[in-house]
Amino acid sequence: MRADFTEMEMMTIACARRIGNEDIVFCGTGLPLLGAMMAKKTHAPNCVIFFETGALDPALDEIPLTVGDSRVMHGASQNGSLLDAFFYMQNSRTGPNVLGILSGAQIDPYGNLNSTVIGDYDKPDARLPGSGGACDVASLVGRTRIFMKHEKRRFVEQLDYMTSPGWLRGIGSRSEVGLPRGGPELVITTLGVLDFDESTRRMRLSSHYSYAEPDGIQESTGFKLDTSHSKEEENPTLEELEALREVVDPLRLILK
Amino acid sequence: MVTAKLMTSSEAISKFVCASSSISLGGFTVNRNPMALVHEIIRQEIGNLHVMMHSGSQALDLLIGAGLVRFLEIAYGANGRFASTCIRFRKAVQDGSLQVEDYSNFQMSLRFLAGAMGVPYLPTYAGLGSDIISKWGFSKKQRSTVESLPNEKLIVTSNPFNSIPEQLVIVPAANPDVTLLHVQQASAEGLIRIEGLAFADIEQARAAEHVIVTCEELVPSDQLRKESWHNSLPHLLVDAVVHHPYGAHPTACFLYYDYDAAHLNDYRSLAEDDESFEAYLTRHITSLESFHDYVKLIGTKHLGSLLASKELGYARREH
Repeated sequence: MRADFTEMEMMTIACARRIGNEDIVFCGTGLPLLGAMMAKKTHAPNCVIFFETGALDPALDEIPLTVGDSRVMHGASQNGSLLDAFFYMQNSRTGPNVLGILSGAQIDPYGNLNSTVIGDYDKPDARLPGSGGACDVASLVGRTRIFMKHEKRRFVEQLDYMTSPGWLRGIGSRSEVGLPRGGPELVITTLGVLDFDESTRRMRLSSHYSYAEPDGIQESTGFKLDTSHSKEEENPTLEELEALREVVDPLRLILK
Repeated sequence: MVTAKLMTSSEAISKFVCASSSISLGGFTVNRNPMALVHEIIRQEIGNLHVMMHSGSQALDLLIGAGLVRFLEIAYGANGRFASTCIRFRKAVQDGSLQVEDYSNFQMSLRFLAGAMGVPYLPTYAGLGSDIISKWGFSKKQRSTVESLPNEKLIVTSNPFNSIPEQLVIVPAANPDVTLLHVQQASAEGLIRIEGLAFADIEQARAAEHVIVTCEELVPSDQLRKESWHNSLPHLLVDAVVHHPYGAHPTACFLYYDYDAAHLNDYRSLAEDDESFEAYLTRHITSLESFHDYVKLIGTKHLGSLLASKELGYARREH
């Protein structure tokens, strides 16, 4: 087993470490799903993974490549519908316990996300897929976390389009517009983990990976970050790397 | 006359879909796209369509690429690892030939549910504070002139039951002229059985004026009525039934076959180029008589490699 690791592996493991046994994890596909699968196959076997298509707690013997993949259906506790999945995100029993993992092309200092267009909405430079269920998850569930490639062009002061609401304009603004709960807890990136100041809900650096310095992370961020409280995140252990490479993604479908 | 619903895809499409129809497509990303029916729309060159979708992928991308879609109301135009944004969708929006109205998946599902219930709207918290509410793709004028478009995109309103102010967003009902589905089993009478995830197929069918269904297996109604609690839609809602094995290819059909990863990967690169995309349409659709010829073109050997394990519902990947 190689002890060296890639940025993708580091951020996936940083995600997995922060998922607990009690979490009901809403996931898309790609790295966030690997993080959730890794948690489930190691320290959090009782966490529940579910998808917006209506598949709840599937066996995940193989990695699904979209949330409509038949691999999310096999061995599930329920195969329902889109409506079922969105109902679980907001009814009083399960909604507050759902941990949603999201991503986007752009993020702003308050964790709002854009996955719709780059440029002007009416004449976009680049058209992106759109919300899918991301806006719904960001609006409805108890807690969200965000996966981002840490690049200056992605961490911007002003989004081109706000697809998914984070803390909007800061403290208090979610309840002002009527969002009942939720908001982003963490942003897990290729360079470190960020959280949100409790008094302002503005993003700040919480930890940096061993290969990234807080100053360098500021350089890769298009807005001012408080980096003064950042701690170094532990490198992946051999056990973690083995679980990720050999158990979760042995065919390297996501980890290239 | 229970067999009156049984027809070819050519007959079903020419009977129920016409220029400027509003349609919705069943399935989700790589699963159960109504490919056979979409091929037939392309063969018959029925254009100026208004498509209402939650998460569209292969079937939608072909319709857009063939230049047949005028208005699109959608939540997501991508195909997971096979296309981070659907290629012809992306190009059409960027070059201004396709007008899009963005919603979220829950909002679109609720819109179909409202349509299915026969009510004009339903409320949710989803989207409050986002640009999905504030930015519109269709102007008020277009909305007032195109009958299938709602007059407003979304409206933020307050909870009339509560004395403390509480905001909600109301989504307009979606009632497509025709919903196109591909399912595992159907009978000539129009009984439908979907296995695995239903996605929003049921709401989309209930909201529509007409429903066309293609199926992997055509089975006797008696057989489906024997365990009717497993059925997904009653015969009353289904107008046409077409027997099309592999009717979702290159997307998957749970328990029958997996998605065709090689085909989808090839498509992603060829769709980038206008000429090779045209050549794809010609070779796979417009030069052929029917979807049965497409199945022959793909070939039984290749299709055999996609066959799903009945236990898993998909084809196990080779290590």
